[in-house]
Amino acid sequence: MAENRRLDVSEVEGVTVVEFVDRKILDDAQIQEIGQEFADLVNAQGRSNMLLNFSSVEFLSSSALGKLINLNKQVKQAGGKLRMSNIRPEIMEVFAITKLNKLFDIREDVPDALAAFSK
Amino acid sequence: MSENNEWLWTLAETIPSESEQGQRIMKLLLSKLEEHQWPMADTFGVHLSTEEALVNAIKHGNGLDPDKNVQVELNLGAKRVSIRITDEGDGFDFDHLPDPTLEENLDVPSGRGVMLMRSYMTAVEYNECGNSVFMEKVLD
Repeated sequence: MAENRRLDVSEVEGVTVVEFVDRKILDDAQIQEIGQEFADLVNAQGRSNMLLNFSSVEFLSSSALGKLINLNKQVKQAGGKLRMSNIRPEIMEVFAITKLNKLFDIREDVPDALAAFSK
Repeated sequence: MSENNEWLWTLAETIPSESEQGQRIMKLLLSKLEEHQWPMADTFGVHLSTEEALVNAIKHGNGLDPDKNVQVELNLGAKRVSIRITDEGDGFDFDHLPDPTLEENLDVPSGRGVMLMRSYMTAVEYNECGNSVFMEKVLD
């Protein structure tokens, strides 16, 4: 398995749960690494149902949004579902301004999101 | 600005087109916003907008060219912050950017920086050719 530097990955009830190592996602090199680790999870490791837990994330920039959009596409192409949870209000506002809250499946917390996978 | 004499902190610096330099400026601004007790939510918006403008200048405007510089002017007051960022690029057509919130653009991975700046700041203005942005946030 490829080593992840930017993401903590675990498997819960058949769902790949991903947490971010960094509190702030803004540096270009860091965002490229996150994008690569996302792509590896889907393409190299064949993970399809994925939950992004944002509990540690305090800040993200618009280029990080691009990686989330790409991951959403990759997961869909792999026949899976991407869900997100534990998003703090400031970041929810970014999703609301950009209307990405309409594109992404956002749940309150990890149990809510996991339950949605089993429906 | 008519309030020049009321600034608590100002910075005028020319930096090379390196993202580390942008990060250093960002950290400085954040520490000053905190020092002068700007509200958390407004600090988040100023942080995001300045970050977007710096990345636009360093990466898109100057194309990370080490021979090109970015001019940064920051002025911070108790209830007002102004930011001017100028690069050496050709600029861009800031008035005709695609709307990233349209249904057909929602899954386009780029093109949200300027709209976020406009959402969070009180004013966002570009010079005619689009290689210099002036932004201001005024607290209620």
